[in-house]
Amino acid sequence: MPTKQHVQTRLNGEEVDFLCEPRQSLLEVLRDVLGLTGSKEGCNNGNCGACSVILDGVLVNSCCVLGVEAGGREVTTIEGIASVEGLHPIQQKFLEHAALQCGICTPGFIVAAKALLDKNPHPSEHQVRYWLAGNLCRCTGYDKIIRAVLEAAQTMEAKA
Amino acid sequence: MAESTTYKVIGTRPIRHDGVDKVTGRAIYGADVQMAGLLHGKVLRSPHAHARIRSIDVSRALAVPGVKAVVTGADLPPAEDRVIQLGEGAVNLKYLSNNVLAGEKVVYKGHPVAAVAATSPHLAEEALALIHVDYEVLPPVLDVREAMKDDAPLLHDNLKTKSLGQETDKRSNIATHTQFKAGDVEKGFQEADVVIEREFTTATVHQGYIEPHNATAMWNPDGQLTIWESTQGAFTVQRQLAPVLGIPVAQIRVIPAEIGGGFGGKINLYLEPIAAVLSKKTGHPVKVLMNRAEVFESTGPTPGSYIRVKMGATKDGRLTAAQAYMAYEAGGYPGSPIGAGMMCIFTPYDVPNVLIDGFDVVVNKPKTAPYRAPGATNAAFASETVVDELCEKLGMDPLQFRLHNAAKEGTRRPDGPTHPRIGYRETVQAALDSDHYRTPLEGPNVGRGVASGYWFNVGLQSSVSINVNADGSVTLVEGSTDIGGTRASIAMQAAEVLGLKAEEVRPIVADTASVGYNDVTGGSRTTFASGYAAIEAAHEVLRQMTERAARIWKVEAQEVTFADGVFRNAKEPEQRLTFKEVAAQLGRTGGPLTGSATVAPRGVGGAFATHIVDLQVDPETGKVTILRYTAVQDVGKAIHPSYVEGQMQGGAVQGIGWALNEEYFYNDKGVMANASFLDYRMPTSLDLPMIDTILVEVPNPGHPFGVRGVGEVPIVPPVAAIANAIHRAVGVRMYHSPMAPGLVMTEILAKG
Repeated sequence: MPTKQHVQTRLNGEEVDFLCEPRQSLLEVLRDVLGLTGSKEGCNNGNCGACSVILDGVLVNSCCVLGVEAGGREVTTIEGIASVEGLHPIQQKFLEHAALQCGICTPGFIVAAKALLDKNPHPSEHQVRYWLAGNLCRCTGYDKIIRAVLEAAQTMEAKA
Repeated sequence: MAESTTYKVIGTRPIRHDGVDKVTGRAIYGADVQMAGLLHGKVLRSPHAHARIRSIDVSRALAVPGVKAVVTGADLPPAEDRVIQLGEGAVNLKYLSNNVLAGEKVVYKGHPVAAVAATSPHLAEEALALIHVDYEVLPPVLDVREAMKDDAPLLHDNLKTKSLGQETDKRSNIATHTQFKAGDVEKGFQEADVVIEREFTTATVHQGYIEPHNATAMWNPDGQLTIWESTQGAFTVQRQLAPVLGIPVAQIRVIPAEIGGGFGGKINLYLEPIAAVLSKKTGHPVKVLMNRAEVFESTGPTPGSYIRVKMGATKDGRLTAAQAYMAYEAGGYPGSPIGAGMMCIFTPYDVPNVLIDGFDVVVNKPKTAPYRAPGATNAAFASETVVDELCEKLGMDPLQFRLHNAAKEGTRRPDGPTHPRIGYRETVQAALDSDHYRTPLEGPNVGRGVASGYWFNVGLQSSVSINVNADGSVTLVEGSTDIGGTRASIAMQAAEVLGLKAEEVRPIVADTASVGYNDVTGGSRTTFASGYAAIEAAHEVLRQMTERAARIWKVEAQEVTFADGVFRNAKEPEQRLTFKEVAAQLGRTGGPLTGSATVAPRGVGGAFATHIVDLQVDPETGKVTILRYTAVQDVGKAIHPSYVEGQMQGGAVQGIGWALNEEYFYNDKGVMANASFLDYRMPTSLDLPMIDTILVEVPNPGHPFGVRGVGEVPIVPPVAAIANAIHRAVGVRMYHSPMAPGLVMTEILAKG
């Protein structure tokens, strides 16, 4: 009996097939099967947000989704945020504001911030803090992260 | 060495060199390492806080298809009970080795007992359940004062108290008793008009870095071992690993990956020896990752503590005496940061009479690791609360009182050294002048608190090499792992000397085989000491470049000057060559050019911080909400101000978490009940306001650009500042940290 299942999904805009064990999380599949190690494991139980991805438009912790559940759906990871034209404004503002120190939480924050701005292009500081409360950062005290996201929203509005 | 004080690069805010890798997910951290034939290791950990191991049966685990090896403490060389020198410190080899894989005893819940390598992490985990360990369970001791009692269960048969520098025959959980003394403390208290004495306790807290520990090892048949991992100090791992594995240092190469936070917690050995012996047994590379519960239960924490502080002052507000009794939990093996706590507790003040007694005590908790200004936060919570009570009794503004008693250049630190130029008074004055302190705080149950803190910082050893490229850009090879933007702060110092832009210096963090010896990224030393090495290496580059220019002009090197990126012939003023032009001619003026420097700088500048916090207490629940926060700090010279601010903000927020809700909850069997991020509950973005910063720049005379370490001191004042603010908000004094809602509520109800 085969130990792995065949899954087809849309990942960062490309059709992708993979094999995974039913018990493997989407995070494990991304990292260990597909080699996309930008999504990080900080807790493996949905508490830290370092593995945040967007699944059919919804922000999820990929450690709490099974790999097989990605079948037939659309997944966006940190590797799918920048384009050939360059960095996404959120990424650019993270750099300009020094909104990262060690950087391990950064992919999760950027994915989560993108999911926020996709839904709410003009968030208040409180709305940003509320939305990002599922992502833990131990280095920055959040100050520069919040500023970067607020300024990215302004930049994106100006461009739009 | 005199440097120009108008800088072109220093003090600017370039984008960090590793930034794009880190915002796109491309940066490779330890857990991201992949290689062919990789096996996965998992560690079996003790379910008991204190037990003797009678036997371990691994046969059923080994029989699982896909399981390639099982190791126990017996797979490490015999751990001798002797002290070995590790360069910057001495350690007992038995403790070092037994903490990695238990010997005859386990001394905390989560203590590693065995490990499995298998073809998948899931298989390895399943196999752990098949290992049978026969334990003789012993009573645990979990509190520092309980552990110090004569009838306490003893953790180690060989541990005898070292008291005031003397070995004793007393078997005890007290590893050491040390003392710092200045003047006559009894006389000092007699001269005081007001004396306050209080007792404080603090809970065990964790560094809380988001990236769990990891290590991948490949042990070749010729005995050459390579380790890939996230660590604060690749060379420190190499030095510790060699005696534990019984192989020469040169046989070990440690390749540091990016590191997802450390705060002191990624210096000790944990997984490296386990991955190494699993690789030796299997002939495959083996990757071992911790999960979050393992991180909480088996690494890090900073000590729980008991501190008694007594301070006296005259009625005109002059401190006359200060005394402390400090007992810190070391965890399962000796080595709490008691000495550091003692060095910091009264250091902001010029007090003539001081007596400090400190005790390093083993308890059945994980062996403590450094945590950002280790030991100093516990200490400042006690001393800065007592100072606040003195101010209250004397009717003095707490910042004016600090200004009045502030340590300054020439003040003797209680442990002996005399301060060079320091900027403590300047931080207090900046706090007094701040918009925050001058803005009245209004509303129900609100309060403003202040506190100060000190951290001595360290220098240790660093190495840097700079290679000049043909286009005049340079590659900077350094050995300090970059946890918070130090590639930028080191490269910027080299750029300043060389007259280059920050972007024209490409810094890389090298492994132990590719750069000279380098101590850990810790002790707030990296921008100071590795930056110092970068400056020295850049000067060596300039010296050699000057010779090349001289060769081109056929003059003596002393006739060539360098300023603003241009070499000039002193005899022929119109003859000039830019750095780039000389670089282009390296091939025909003598070949490739590398400037290297190794340093062990002595002129470390201590750091002081003064914090102001406004908060509100909910009188129905005891919950504290931070309304406004300002961190003021003497940063010496801010190389990259954004990352200096970031250190101050991050340290302050870790301190806020420590003050308000972080703690290990233990049951009476010594099992941690909240070993997850959900239940440990570090601050989230929603718990906090913006953190304002005021950078005070009093240059450190011991560094060419005036750099002081900035990373650690910002965690020192917050706990005390918050306790003092709670008192102003609702009139209760808090003597235990964390000041969780239940505890605050209890005090409010007791006050009536």
